Amino acid sequence: MSKFKKQKKGLPPISTASLPDIVFMLLFFFMVSTTMRETELKIKQPTLPQAHNVSKFEHKNLVSTVYIGKSLDPNNEGDVIQLNDKISRVSDIKTFIFNNREKLLEDEIPFMTTLFKADVNAKVGTIADIKRNLRDIDALKISYAAVEKQD
Amino acid sequence: MSRRVVPEINAGSMADIAFLLLIFFLVATTMEVDGGIARKLPQKQPPNQIPPPKLKEKNVLQIAINRKDQLLVEGAQRVAIKDLKQITIDFIDNGGGVGNKDVGTCDYCKGAKSPSSSDHPNKAVISLKSDRGTSYGAFIAIHDAVGQAYTELRNRVSKERYGKSYEALIKQQKSDKSQKLKDKIRAIKALYPEIISEVEPTGN
Repeated sequence: MSKFKKQKKGLPPISTASLPDIVFMLLFFFMVSTTMRETELKIKQPTLPQAHNVSKFEHKNLVSTVYIGKSLDPNNEGDVIQLNDKISRVSDIKTFIFNNREKLLEDEIPFMTTLFKADVNAKVGTIADIKRNLRDIDALKISYAAVEKQD
Repeated sequence: MSRRVVPEINAGSMADIAFLLLIFFLVATTMEVDGGIARKLPQKQPPNQIPPPKLKEKNVLQIAINRKDQLLVEGAQRVAIKDLKQITIDFIDNGGGVGNKDVGTCDYCKGAKSPSSSDHPNKAVISLKSDRGTSYGAFIAIHDAVGQAYTELRNRVSKERYGKSYEALIKQQKSDKSQKLKDKIRAIKALYPEIISEVEPTGN
């Protein structure tokens, strides 16, 4: 009489064998499309200004970034400068650029750019001081970091 | 004889390992690419340098910004930042050097040809003067307005000559590295060269 087998109760378990494949795919996507965070900020995260004509950098190793913004210490009102991963003074700029130059080839040096990542509320005076130092050592290419504005 | 069976390796924890790696990369990397407004600083002059020849007043557009982020154009006119782009365009594109042999006529300019404004786009200088107390945001807004003015003029002249805007040519350069395209871009840049001079900020 048991011609018709009793139907199994419940759903079969979903196979998770392809889960690693999916996750690996995501992993490779993120590995390829992102870049490593180089420095840890020792100042308050600067809010970058917005602009229309923003040009992107093609060679990241030619860019030296100078961060300018408010200190994490609420008692310090003025602007602070961060080079590499420590708070610095304007007079340290020259050493910073010289150190970066040493990592490059001789003929790459004229293409080096100094990128100012400054907060919208930072003062132009601080940047002017840095620019004067840059002129002293012939690091003439500069760039003001900004976020692309769409309208 | 008992048949040896190789047991299947359990791959269940593979997903966990991959997730761990994925999360590590999510945390340790950033997505955005840095971008900025590119400018060039003037070379340092030796102290006994002969001062450069004075520019004609009418060929210089003086933009000043004070520590309250208020704008002053040509020393007299208070303007809002949104009007600065049009003022700059009118100034650069004036082409007032008609009939003047030293400068030559600007045949692609569509400006008012006023004798009191700039002679030729390659003579027109934008001078930016700021105060030490000016905020960086306002400073960049001016740079952006001036940059936009140049881009708009370059777009126009590029459309007339090559049927394509200047920005489109720049975008095309990413995939097309030909010399022809490079020459086109260079030609347009030469028609409207960006001459921006930053004056040492005032105040302390």
